[in-house]
Amino acid sequence: MKKAILLFSLVWTALAGAVETGEIRMLLEALALERVEDQEATLETLAESGDEYVTAFVDAWRVGEVREYQPEGSELFLVQEVSGKYVRVATGEPIELSSEAYEALDKNRAPRKLRRLLTRVTDTIGLASRNVDTRVDAALKLGASQNAEYLPELRKRFEAETNARAKRAFEEAIMISLLANAESPEERIEAVKRLGQLHSIRAKDKILAIVESSKEAGDEALLVAAESASRAIADHEELLKHAGSFFRGLSTGSVLLMVSFGLAITFGLMGIINMAHGEFIAIGGYTCFVVQGYFSNWFGEGSPAFQWFFWVSLPVSFVVAGGIGYLLEKGFFRFLYKRPLESLLATWGLSMVMRQAFRLKFGAANVQVANPDLLLGNFEYAGISMSYARLFAIAFAGFVCVLTWLLLTKTNLGLYIRAVMQNRNMASSLGIPVKRVNSMTFAFGCGLAAMAGAVLTQIGNVGPTMGQAYIVDSFMVVVVGGVGNLLGAGISAMGIGVFDQFLQPLFGPVMGKIIVLGMIILFLQWKPGGIFPTKSRSMDD
Amino acid sequence: MKLFDNKIEFGGYMAACVVLLLVLPAMNAFFPADSALHFSSFQLSLWGKYITYAVMAMSLNLLWGYTGLLCLCQSLFFALGAYAFGMYLMLHVGVDSVYNTALPDFMDFQGYTELPWYWAPFENGAFAIAATMLVPGVLAFVFGFLAFRSRIKGVYFSILTQALTYAASLFFFKNNLDLFGNNFILFGGNNGLTDFKEVFGYDVNAASTQRWIFVMSAILMLVVYLVIAWLLKTKFGKVQQAIRDSENRVRFSGYSTTTYKMLIFVGTSMVAGIAGAFYVPQVGGINANEMTPAKSLDVVVWVALGGRGTKFGPIIGAIVVNIIKSFTTRAYPDSWLIILGAIFMLVVLFMPNGLVGLPKQLAPLWARIRSNATTSATPAS
Repeated sequence: MKKAILLFSLVWTALAGAVETGEIRMLLEALALERVEDQEATLETLAESGDEYVTAFVDAWRVGEVREYQPEGSELFLVQEVSGKYVRVATGEPIELSSEAYEALDKNRAPRKLRRLLTRVTDTIGLASRNVDTRVDAALKLGASQNAEYLPELRKRFEAETNARAKRAFEEAIMISLLANAESPEERIEAVKRLGQLHSIRAKDKILAIVESSKEAGDEALLVAAESASRAIADHEELLKHAGSFFRGLSTGSVLLMVSFGLAITFGLMGIINMAHGEFIAIGGYTCFVVQGYFSNWFGEGSPAFQWFFWVSLPVSFVVAGGIGYLLEKGFFRFLYKRPLESLLATWGLSMVMRQAFRLKFGAANVQVANPDLLLGNFEYAGISMSYARLFAIAFAGFVCVLTWLLLTKTNLGLYIRAVMQNRNMASSLGIPVKRVNSMTFAFGCGLAAMAGAVLTQIGNVGPTMGQAYIVDSFMVVVVGGVGNLLGAGISAMGIGVFDQFLQPLFGPVMGKIIVLGMIILFLQWKPGGIFPTKSRSMDD
Repeated sequence: MKLFDNKIEFGGYMAACVVLLLVLPAMNAFFPADSALHFSSFQLSLWGKYITYAVMAMSLNLLWGYTGLLCLCQSLFFALGAYAFGMYLMLHVGVDSVYNTALPDFMDFQGYTELPWYWAPFENGAFAIAATMLVPGVLAFVFGFLAFRSRIKGVYFSILTQALTYAASLFFFKNNLDLFGNNFILFGGNNGLTDFKEVFGYDVNAASTQRWIFVMSAILMLVVYLVIAWLLKTKFGKVQQAIRDSENRVRFSGYSTTTYKMLIFVGTSMVAGIAGAFYVPQVGGINANEMTPAKSLDVVVWVALGGRGTKFGPIIGAIVVNIIKSFTTRAYPDSWLIILGAIFMLVVLFMPNGLVGLPKQLAPLWARIRSNATTSATPAS
């Protein structure tokens, strides 16, 4: 949605700009040839326009790439080279001119004063841009330069600004500039305080420098203000870091969740520990890779249709892995029912065979899967930047949860699955087709894992052993959540994902993993059956 | 008390004693290299490696085959023992030519000038030997205490032990560890410990030293076999097998199954640790690859293929699989994993009692074929 708005606004500014650029071009030519009477007013108009062409013109002008040309029977005008063609500055129309003739033309040389004024205009012109991002960037750049000349302009813009984000950026820029250009000590202290309130990470180094200098100068008031401001900024930075890890944890947890749903169902339903479940993740990843190959053959990588490969490969990977899972259930897993320990071994064998098959088919190295444009880049909210790919992973996991819940509660198959999970023999004697339920459920679980693999192509690597990285974690999820319990699996997937990401920056990835494992073992001391243990009156043996 | 079930077992044991302790070392020592009867030093240390693997498989069999605990951290205990003894060997490589220090190269490389405190005791041989048993033993004790106390069993136990192995292998793959601002050098990271020079004052690579280590590994295996055979005849062994068959009944009969399982778990971990200590000098190195969950599952396959819950099975399984591995990794490097994976699948599906149980499994089939042959033969006569 945000992308759509962005796209719309881009088109809109381009259209609106096309109208006004003409006027700006006229003004620029008139100004350079000293044909305007009120120079001040013209400069003002230029600065207000926020037009990008002004910057482009001034840049060309500085290096002498704007020439004066007077064809027979016409007045003098300015010519500029734009990507190998010669155009008239005032209109943007192409002019027939040989390159020798162009080289022979006089360079336009405006008076020094005018040049300086125009350069000033281009420095601050970003502040007037229609694009909020450009405004923010320009303001912060001017602020960081701490040049007192820009202060009045920034203040003026700050007053007039209506967009909250841009207004905040203007204020931050003003305050950063004031750190160096304050007229009185009080004003400087105010600026330091305000920056602390704004949690300005950009000002952190400058404020720390002030802490040092005020210590030396013995300026007590400034020191106190600077120290509290730098502390506030550091706290905010810490908070952002935690929010970032929380977000990454959520997205890792989402992938774990999709993987462990399949595991939880197969274990709960059939009593099989499927060590080859991770390889179905890899099937998803490789399906994505293959679909991408077809799309690039059919449409070419530059075409807009190529962007669709990822969205197409999501259902395709579900179907492919579901089909393979269905066949394997019929031919292999069927013989392992209710023999968990043996199934662990046999499926580990299957996992080795599958991994080696991937290696032989696709090579031992990771394969590259492109990101569709829609998933590129970051979404920023309150200073936390979240990649679209990870946001998508979270959203997709939510979708999978809903899908699974609907399947289990609203369909006949779901009713059967729950019945078989509770009491296989009773269900069978009541006429539920247990064998078919098994195959369908197994295929569904494999399909979920493959879709998780397809999502993983956007945030991780695709290689023959990609499933192995998740399999130990997802088994942990199933054990902690309580076997066969989807709600438990969901909670523990998110919990383990978030804990893992929180501990990683503190202890490093390896110690983080080890601590998570230790915590799981301790957790099982307290709740041996997981978060939601299966209630049963029967003894285990 | 009779340790052997029958004459076949006794004969097999005695034959193994003679071959491993006398024939093979003698063929290696007394025949010249070009003689047909010569058993090369390379072959000897290869078989020495198989023997240490067999000991690890026997320790797992005691846990899985006789107590019903499918433990996926046997390779971890094995590797811990190997590391403990490897550290001793590593500290006796002498002064190297590149850095001119007595420290292992990877410490020199990272700018260490003296031995960290947790490495220092391993200079002492007696300490290192004790550590080969104590380190796995203590880990097994702590983990086992937590796991058995909360009655984690069956698949859950397997999954947790696998996770433990996974975490430990991640740890050992690291070069050093940053913890609260302190930097700890670990155990050689990816490369592990290698390039040993001497063991208790002897040149570790000399043929005679290798021969002695081989003989000692063989003795270890034979002794472990006897101990297991004896254990199974004791009351302790009976209770242990009862736990495998029905733990709840044993508990209701008033036995503390937790204590029994703890003792077995700690004991087998120590045996695996000693096996690891014998592995290191014969292979000439140890790295974290030896303790990955995949290796642990390999051990389980050896036991399953040989026949779990049989005394001889694990030895046969470990040796057969490793011979196949040595052959196929050379002849068909691409399909080795597929072959091993297929063995896993086929053994579980079709050979629940392994190679040792195969004759018994095939007996009815054989009887039917024979009776068919006789019935079809009868009318003709």
